[in-house]
Amino acid sequence: MSQQPPVSVRSLPRLLAVLAVVILPHVRNLPIWIPAFALAMMLWRLGVARRGWRMPGTLVRAGLAALAFASVLASFGSINGQTPGAALLVLMVALKLTETRSLRDYTVLTFLGYFLLGTHFLFDQSIPMIGFLLVCGVLLTAVLVDINHPDGGLPPRTSLRTGGLLVAQALPLMLIFFVLFPRIPGPLWGLPADSGSNAVTGLSERMSPGDISQLSQSDEVAFRVRFEDRIPPRPDRYWRGPVLWSFDGRAWEPGYSPNRQQAGTVANAERLLRYDVTLEAHRHHWLLALDVPMSLPADARLTSSRQLISRKPVRERRLYTVESALDYRLDPTLGDWARRIALSLPGTGNPRTRALAQRWRDDGLDDAELVNRALRMFREQPFVYTMQPPALGENSVDEFLFSTRRGFCEHYASAFAVLMRAAGVPARIVTGYQGGEMSANDQYMIVRQSDAHAWTEVWLPGQGWQRVDPTAAVAPDRVEVGLGAALPEGEPVPFLARGTASLLSVLRLQWDAINTQWNYWVLAYGPELQQSVLSRIGLPDWRSMILALTGLVSLLLTALGLWLLWQSRSAAPVDPARQIWNRATRRLQRLGIGPAPAEGPSDYADRVREQAPDLAPAVDALVQAYVATRYAGRAELTRLQAAERALPRRRR
Amino acid sequence: MAWNPVRGINRRIEQWVTTRVQRLPGPVAIRRQRIYILPTRQGVVFGVMTFALLLGSMNYSNSLGFALTFLLAGLGLVCMHHTHGNLVNLRISARGSTPVFAGETLRFVVAIHNPSRRPRHVIGTGLRQGEWSDHWVDVPAGADVATGLDVPAPRRGRIPAPRFAVSTRFPLGLFYAWTWLELDQSGIAYPKPLGASLPATLEGDEGADHSSQQTGNDDFAGVRDYHRGDALSAIHWKVTARTGELVVKQFAQARRDEIVLHFDRLTAPDPEQRLSQLARWVLDATERGLSWSLVLPDQRVPAGSGPDHCARCLTALALFQSSSAVAS
Repeated sequence: MSQQPPVSVRSLPRLLAVLAVVILPHVRNLPIWIPAFALAMMLWRLGVARRGWRMPGTLVRAGLAALAFASVLASFGSINGQTPGAALLVLMVALKLTETRSLRDYTVLTFLGYFLLGTHFLFDQSIPMIGFLLVCGVLLTAVLVDINHPDGGLPPRTSLRTGGLLVAQALPLMLIFFVLFPRIPGPLWGLPADSGSNAVTGLSERMSPGDISQLSQSDEVAFRVRFEDRIPPRPDRYWRGPVLWSFDGRAWEPGYSPNRQQAGTVANAERLLRYDVTLEAHRHHWLLALDVPMSLPADARLTSSRQLISRKPVRERRLYTVESALDYRLDPTLGDWARRIALSLPGTGNPRTRALAQRWRDDGLDDAELVNRALRMFREQPFVYTMQPPALGENSVDEFLFSTRRGFCEHYASAFAVLMRAAGVPARIVTGYQGGEMSANDQYMIVRQSDAHAWTEVWLPGQGWQRVDPTAAVAPDRVEVGLGAALPEGEPVPFLARGTASLLSVLRLQWDAINTQWNYWVLAYGPELQQSVLSRIGLPDWRSMILALTGLVSLLLTALGLWLLWQSRSAAPVDPARQIWNRATRRLQRLGIGPAPAEGPSDYADRVREQAPDLAPAVDALVQAYVATRYAGRAELTRLQAAERALPRRRR
Repeated sequence: MAWNPVRGINRRIEQWVTTRVQRLPGPVAIRRQRIYILPTRQGVVFGVMTFALLLGSMNYSNSLGFALTFLLAGLGLVCMHHTHGNLVNLRISARGSTPVFAGETLRFVVAIHNPSRRPRHVIGTGLRQGEWSDHWVDVPAGADVATGLDVPAPRRGRIPAPRFAVSTRFPLGLFYAWTWLELDQSGIAYPKPLGASLPATLEGDEGADHSSQQTGNDDFAGVRDYHRGDALSAIHWKVTARTGELVVKQFAQARRDEIVLHFDRLTAPDPEQRLSQLARWVLDATERGLSWSLVLPDQRVPAGSGPDHCARCLTALALFQSSSAVAS
């Protein structure tokens, strides 16, 4: 095998520039010293090529590699995970630069560039990234073209055009593979702890005063919903999340271990709704569903609290379809153990609340009347719904109910549940989201973190668990209209929760609509969506999918092959004079006096002179000019062009 | 050596390919059915990398990762077609060769014509099919570009142009495509000049005779027709003026410069050695501006001088009793 040809010195700056572009967005994800180090190595390599600096020796290289490795270990505490992995890859590229000589090294660097491109998508999969992917794809391919031309004889425009052409021709294949390549549910191996989006805000499994009001400051999308036929009215938009049973005097926790085997029973399920939820990653197991879920998505189960639980934590955006009943009777009978837990309170604390509950009980109220009595208290007494409640001390419920009387949904839910339990009514807290806003195109509903909510359920004999939202008693607008309307004037409300239709918010909603399509069709395109999409277009199973995939890919490649063959065919030398002559005679044909097939130009001119004297001067000029080009060559071409232009369009 | 199945398969393929190659006078158009294509080492690395990206995308369920993976897969497939298309319909023709002496490298000039409107980049020619060729050229649309084919010429004689590969790995170097061609042309390797140089006086020397030994005097010996290479001073102007034909005076002295190189009079037992000696003397005689004739057992090159004569004699030496054996 022959020696590899040398790589042009001109390819090096091109490769370095493209690698810099590929690394650039990592400035957001990695400690700044890593891209800075890469830049320094690039400048050094350029100095070696331009100024004749020395390449670092083996010892220096080994030292730098060890140092880089140790630094990554020191900054991240691990070399496993997406951020350290990306950091190591950038450092590897930087170090590889110092030993770049042969074509093989250049090729390896370009391949590393492609790989590096992939690491960006672990951090960011927004719409602009597809543009970045394509631009970098073209640039890297152009570099590959460039270095595969020994001596760098290609002008940059040619290699860019070739790279662009190759990427453009690969795009349809990419789309076909994307849609039809069989997706299998990941992960294949353990995911590093930091996978998924970096900072996640959202509900937690524990609710203490102040948790949800903090969440309400966030405009981030929690999930999006696409309803199949009708959209539930606003007061019905209770999205059920974690159900909390255990109260320690201050915070609520799930406590009651949900029974795996037995989901909470539902009687009289009516007004069924079917919808798709695209849930943002929150790294917990629960899935959100309208109160109450009746069907199960794949890989999920229902707890005895009628809560949807995914088998795996939701580490990336997840799409699922679920059915809910808006009218229902949940758990018409309550087991003894569940009842005991639903009534349990800490041994001490909140004495005034207990006393109040006891007083109501002593008045002879039954369970349903107790609930109404408590709600009337919230409504009639000067309770304020606010996101800036004062801090609460030891007996948080007492302080809230009798002195501060200012609070957010978790305060009301918590106080109400404690009050009910003290009065002997089984009660529990349900957290989740309340509300949701239709998108600009009315295609789907957006539920944001600011819609996070907590309410209570009380168990009433014969009726089962009944949803009671004490916040609605204080601030009915919270449920009827939304957070922005419910809060007093002057409180900081997340921008989009305000509900004022400024141009900016309209634009943001439009952008969100586009983003949602992107999320729904592209990012959430996994095994489930693929199966539903493909069975809709008549490819129900893997066999037909793979058949369609290979068929389409072969078809496209055949078309490409034919196009290339057509491109490589022998091209007849172009004779511009002949072209003009053919065009001109076609026009004369339309005028009724074209040359006969076996007639030479001069004979034709003679005949025109006889048969069509009106055309004779123009045809004479044309024939003379054409004959002149046959002998004098290209110099007479302008004369022929002029003669063609002078031909009349129609006969007088 | 252990039995290597790949080697066996390769040999089979090699044989099959060889039987498909026809010796043609050229120009030969490269037909698409005769183009073979394989991934290069880099192409294999590229494939492995794409597979790794696929696994990563599956693991992280990363949609844009999938997009990148599939873009690269598409790029590989598209590149394969482009590499193949880079060779299709090129026309290869023989452009002769300059004779060399045995032991040197004979270069056959091969012209590559691109009849299409698409430029072809990095077209290589070489004796072996490999990822890299000995020579490569860019062939712009409609252009004719000459490139070389280096063939070692260890022995004198007629060297037929060997089977050679026209190959390319453009545009991405992930695949290399090649075809085998055999152009019906041959080059000539002269015997390697060896032995003693031509003696200044040839008295009694073996193999090289002075004609003067036969004529014996310096006197005017008549006229003969002018030959190219005769000195102007030798022209017999009087006779020329009278007859209108250029004639030169012939002196016995002038014939001192005309020598005869005899194969049979050389004493070396090996004919090859004799041929080498004669080649040496032909070169020496050319350099000294002598006029000579060459006598081989089956052939006689009449007297003459100058580079053309030298080439004629060297060719006679090169092909002596070997032309029938080598030339097919």
